[in-house]
Amino acid sequence: MTPDPARMDALDATWKDKPGLWGFLTTVDHKRIAARYIVTALLLMFLAGVLALDMRWQLSVAENTRMGPQLYNESFSLHGSTMLFLVSVPVMEAMALWLVPLMLGTRNMAFPRLSAFSYWLYLGGVLTLWIAHALDITPDLGWFEYPPLSGPSYSPGHRADIWAQMITFTEVAALAASVNVAATILKMRPPGMTLARMPVFLWAMLIASLMTILSMPAIMLVTSMLISDRLVSTHFFAPAAGGDVLLFQHLFWFFGHPEVYIIFIPATGFVSSIVETFSRRPLFGHNVLVLAILAIAALAFGLWVHHMFAVGLPRLGNDFYTGASMAIALPAGLQIFCWIASIWSGRVVLHTPMLWIIGFLATFVIGGLSGVMTASASLDLQLTDTYFVVAHFHYVLVGGAMFPLFGAFCYWYPKATGRLMSERWGRVAFALIVGGFNLGFFPMHVLGLMGMPRRVYTYPAEMGWEWLNQVATAGSVIAVLGGLVFVGNALASYWRGAPSGPDPWGGSTLEWACPSPPPAWNFAYTPRVSSLTPMWEDASRIAVFDGIAVDRREVLVTSVTDAVPVYRQKSASPSIWPLVAAAAVSAMFIASIFTPWAIAAGLLPIGAALTGWFWPTRARATSGPLRARS
Amino acid sequence: MTSTLGKPPREIEIVGNLSNLPASARGPRNLVWWGNIGFMLIEGTGFALAAAAYLYLMTQSSEWPAGGAQPPGLFWSGLFTAGMLLSQLPNLWVLRCARNKNVAGTRIGTLAMSVIPLLLMAARAMEFRHLGVAWYDSAYGSAVWLLLVLHTTHLITEWGETVVIGTWLLTHEVGDDQFADVEDNSNYWTFVVLCWLPVYALVYWAPRAA
Repeated sequence: MTPDPARMDALDATWKDKPGLWGFLTTVDHKRIAARYIVTALLLMFLAGVLALDMRWQLSVAENTRMGPQLYNESFSLHGSTMLFLVSVPVMEAMALWLVPLMLGTRNMAFPRLSAFSYWLYLGGVLTLWIAHALDITPDLGWFEYPPLSGPSYSPGHRADIWAQMITFTEVAALAASVNVAATILKMRPPGMTLARMPVFLWAMLIASLMTILSMPAIMLVTSMLISDRLVSTHFFAPAAGGDVLLFQHLFWFFGHPEVYIIFIPATGFVSSIVETFSRRPLFGHNVLVLAILAIAALAFGLWVHHMFAVGLPRLGNDFYTGASMAIALPAGLQIFCWIASIWSGRVVLHTPMLWIIGFLATFVIGGLSGVMTASASLDLQLTDTYFVVAHFHYVLVGGAMFPLFGAFCYWYPKATGRLMSERWGRVAFALIVGGFNLGFFPMHVLGLMGMPRRVYTYPAEMGWEWLNQVATAGSVIAVLGGLVFVGNALASYWRGAPSGPDPWGGSTLEWACPSPPPAWNFAYTPRVSSLTPMWEDASRIAVFDGIAVDRREVLVTSVTDAVPVYRQKSASPSIWPLVAAAAVSAMFIASIFTPWAIAAGLLPIGAALTGWFWPTRARATSGPLRARS
Repeated sequence: MTSTLGKPPREIEIVGNLSNLPASARGPRNLVWWGNIGFMLIEGTGFALAAAAYLYLMTQSSEWPAGGAQPPGLFWSGLFTAGMLLSQLPNLWVLRCARNKNVAGTRIGTLAMSVIPLLLMAARAMEFRHLGVAWYDSAYGSAVWLLLVLHTTHLITEWGETVVIGTWLLTHEVGDDQFADVEDNSNYWTFVVLCWLPVYALVYWAPRAA
């Protein structure tokens, strides 16, 4: 039997948002929130790409005059800050917000209003940085603003404050999303999906969320300390008063290195999903993949000092962090071999999502190898702050995280829209982006070895760096053209793509069981799972449970390890309060750039908004001193 | 496996019914309990890193307290610490009332826990006055104030939450979800108390031991 139309109508009445602007502002539908997160992040990726092209234009000719040093400083600072804080981390969280409930066969996230709050606050961070840029208050000290340069003595004005506070916005948003994702994965799995039967994608998202929870407080703390040094004359980073500038670097990289893996680990989830589906076999080495992700997560917290080899730390410390940095290549290598083994032993279908995985494997391995090179403290002293490092981190971040993201976009696009993207244009975009990227960034290894430092706005002709820079610029142009083809394909397919049906790829996990695009309620019934690949158990039918309400918002809560049904949880309804709370928090964050009293003054509106948010709907008391009196 | 492109959704087979499950749960069985743990983990990490920053600055300085400052006063901080520990008595009592679904006890206990932090905040205000250093005097002063401001924020937000829950408990009917809320709130207060103990040791005893 299939769900009867009356049941679906009842679910629609319960779960659909109100139409129009009010529905837009109050929605707690994880798919709508995630979609606006993804669209915002992609728009910012485009803006950061334009900045990159502008910088490549400047560097394509020696002693070029397109940019002066200040504009160049602002461009790379805005590019790096946008890509790291406003694109890479948020887009991975957004993918989790969109996919986790679908892959769990449930109807929403654990804390639906927290998802909405997370997006609105993220948007606050986006607007803070980019409106400040429009007002010519662009941060100009790179994506990590080290003191003393960012301290009160050397950076008057508010450029550094904008950067620091933008981070507070995005990190609170990321923390809210992470708690939500972790609680959803731990407590809302469908009956039968024990931890041992949890897809790698969900493990990746769970582990990345826990890493976020344990690392992002460091960046919030250190940027708050920087703001207080600048605003109320504390001396955390002022050596003359007993402060220490390296404290900033330690705290920054205690966050900053795990952050790289917070971006990469979700990508391993995408890769695992896509490899499994297009190799037509359950993943080779599922347990190894999960343990490798756990090992990467643990090691990621022990490597931050490799970003500080050049600051003169004790020799033994450098040796330890060299060893730890090289060690992380082992679990990463195990993952690569598991994916290759899955592909090797499967029946591979080379649709566009799978092409992106091939592109990822080739590019990420190059980035990994240059990572092993820079892990060596002695070699790093030669390479640090050169274009070799720029090449390395673009290979791991673009190759290791963005290529899987593009693959994931193509893979789940039919689920989100109900339409297929064009394969032909998908291949064109793939070839242009991967080819252009490698043409653009490979020469930077050589430029780095030739001694070209990063963050220079120009160079003299006699250095001999010009033609390699021109190759790099040509590559960037090709990659950006590919990006336009990719976006054009997505837009055209949205209206003209062939209908996809619920499961165009023959996917292995539960999201393919619901209609495409998924309705507001995702699933009419609660699926039962009895293997790692629930959609491949029985090609004709899906075993489900009835009993979760259709006339009110309700979700199933299960036990943490064995996913045994525990109780039925009321799921929060749409509300304007997350937006109001985010607006109140945003006002406090912005005002606290100018006066510390904003924190005290902001407590009241924030408290009022949160009270409105959490105020339960129950009858007035009939007992006690404040009971309702008729 | 063949391509499933264009195929309709699969048939479903109903294998059980979940409507007999309870509509609420308490403790680790409850979803919100895990959200609470998540936020404790975030704040706990924040405290641990702030403490690490304090210790880092301490190891970089030849004298501690730096700049000839006197170590922070022990009287008000001792009073505050004793008060925090004693507040666990009513707090744990509220926890028990909530677990036993005792409406009157939960209401009275939460009301008491809305007043007690006010007394503690008075002691905290005096603590600030007897720190013997201002945040702008030295990095030592900055680190001390950082730890104390963080914990005071903790205290104020938890107090605000208790007041809101208390108001709600008194004006509305109390159900299982509200008992679970009170339980989570009580666990949170325990967390605020536990966070204070290492901060107290650092702020008041590390300068004396150094």
